[in-house]
Amino acid sequence: MKKEKKRIYQYGMNKKTQLELYAMMAPGTILVILFCIVPLFGLLIAFKDYRPVSGVEGIFTSPWNNFRNFKILFRNYDFLPMLKNTLGINLLNNLLSIPVTLFFALMLNEVLNSRFKTLIQTVTYMPHFLSWVVFGGLFMTLLSTDNGLVNSVLMKIGLIDSPIGFLAEPKYFWWITAITSLLKELGWGAILYIAAIAGVDQELYEAAMIDGAGRFKRMWYITIPSIKTTIMIMVIFAISGMLNNNFTQIYVFQNSLNISASQVIDTYIYEYGLRQLQFGMATAVGLAKSILALVLLCGANKVSNKLTDTGLF
Amino acid sequence: MKKSGKTVKPSEKGIFHVFNTVGMWVVMIVMIYPIWFALINSLNFGDELTKGYSFLWPAKFTFASWKMVLGDAEILRALWITGSRTILVTIGSTLVTAMFAYGFSRPYLRGKQFFTALGFVSMYFSGGVISTFLLYNWIGLYNSYWVYVIPALFGGFYNVIIYNSNFKAIPDSLFESAKLDGANEFRIFFSIVFPLSKPVITALGVFTACGVWNDYGTTLFYTQDNSLQTLANYTLKLVKSSQAAEQLAATVMQANQSVSALINSAMGSGEATSKTIELSAMILTAIPVIVAYPFVQKFFTKGVMVGSVKG
Repeated sequence: MKKEKKRIYQYGMNKKTQLELYAMMAPGTILVILFCIVPLFGLLIAFKDYRPVSGVEGIFTSPWNNFRNFKILFRNYDFLPMLKNTLGINLLNNLLSIPVTLFFALMLNEVLNSRFKTLIQTVTYMPHFLSWVVFGGLFMTLLSTDNGLVNSVLMKIGLIDSPIGFLAEPKYFWWITAITSLLKELGWGAILYIAAIAGVDQELYEAAMIDGAGRFKRMWYITIPSIKTTIMIMVIFAISGMLNNNFTQIYVFQNSLNISASQVIDTYIYEYGLRQLQFGMATAVGLAKSILALVLLCGANKVSNKLTDTGLF
Repeated sequence: MKKSGKTVKPSEKGIFHVFNTVGMWVVMIVMIYPIWFALINSLNFGDELTKGYSFLWPAKFTFASWKMVLGDAEILRALWITGSRTILVTIGSTLVTAMFAYGFSRPYLRGKQFFTALGFVSMYFSGGVISTFLLYNWIGLYNSYWVYVIPALFGGFYNVIIYNSNFKAIPDSLFESAKLDGANEFRIFFSIVFPLSKPVITALGVFTACGVWNDYGTTLFYTQDNSLQTLANYTLKLVKSSQAAEQLAATVMQANQSVSALINSAMGSGEATSKTIELSAMILTAIPVIVAYPFVQKFFTKGVMVGSVKG
């Protein structure tokens, strides 16, 4: 391997080749600088008294305001509920989706008929590619109070007397987001686990079978420990994403009646920033969020490194 | 492969497999049924829906709402915007991103640290919605068709990483001999690397296309005019307004029966109602994905797993 690295690529060292490479990379580089790096300067308005009328120069010329945007934000009466929703929805989501997806991957691995297996994979991957507008809209139709399938079934078997307004009552909101995103990403999320399971040494299973270990014992004592790294990486990603909600999903299900359970950081930024034009505060929320997310990522990685010797870096 | 007589042989028999197979069917039905449900009810008579949805087959078959949806100028314009944008971005971003990744993957590229730093910053830091809004406003992309295309032309560093590991897997000798034959880098990229990387390019191209087709955030954040609506955004509006109407009807129902009847009739009656139209629009938004999906599915695992596992 070392020799490989030291290899000198004489044929690529001339000026002409370098210029050709730079020409190929130029469009991508310009786009990254323009749309990823330049907007970083806009974060300055989190610390300033910025007025939308002052335009782009205003980002630099507006007066500093001694963290007032952050103070207003933390004092806002809807800040804490919003934080609670953000963390709660993500926690419920991950607690449900990580084990269920793992279980699904294990069960799928037990399907021996390869055509049936392909069929299952084809069908379960599909929702991943559908728009949340469609997937969410479909479930809203099924959950509707107006002859919706779920309410009809519940009423027929006598569990309820009158239809439940699933989307009108805040107490159902977290569960609706958790269950719909589980369904949408179940098959797709299982791909990584299935790939990891495929890499487990088959001799371990044969040895275990000879020792008389049953199916579930083999899963518990061989498969799961062998794919520990993959599981830990999923957990690290989940923790680092705790403050990031799926705006695309939540905005579809959100309405004025369930807002007390559905307002999360990302919808909050949209509401305050782009609709009420409180640019300073909205930027402050976004900045606080991305800094905390980076801290969470590094923290989760460190803990995982210590506990299980696996991590992203 | 030696097996003692007592070893359990893998077979599809036994109570476990019965449960597993049944469970898998349940999962599949739960995922597929909502789409079927929406399809048949979009083909149903609107009046039938007020009595109750059909569950297996339209109670009274009609194309009325589909005719309305496909004849509506606003939807057709949204369809055109969404379609043209999807094609432009998919082709453009595949080209721009793959070319960038190709340059990045060459071991003899000078100044690689600069590009690595650029990638790291762009992956972990973001200016957020407001900064982006200000930028778009400044350079004139806000409320213009090009806001859908230009910022999306670079597919991001996650895709670069996947392309990069795929390109690196191509043997050095190919590049070396092409170079000795006098081929320039563009030639090498288009006639050697591109054809050899078809699976990964197809897979990432499909992901890009799906993302663009389904996107409604750009419309919501960075446009204002109705004429710039995308299909997803149009459908979202229908979904949201029908939900609002339903809640209004439910709230009023408890207070006043006749007002609620009035609201219900305002939602439409006859062959096509707001609900059947909403369902048709949803299916219309889903159709390209569902139709294209089986053809490209085989590339997903090939293209994507190869990249991430080796990476």
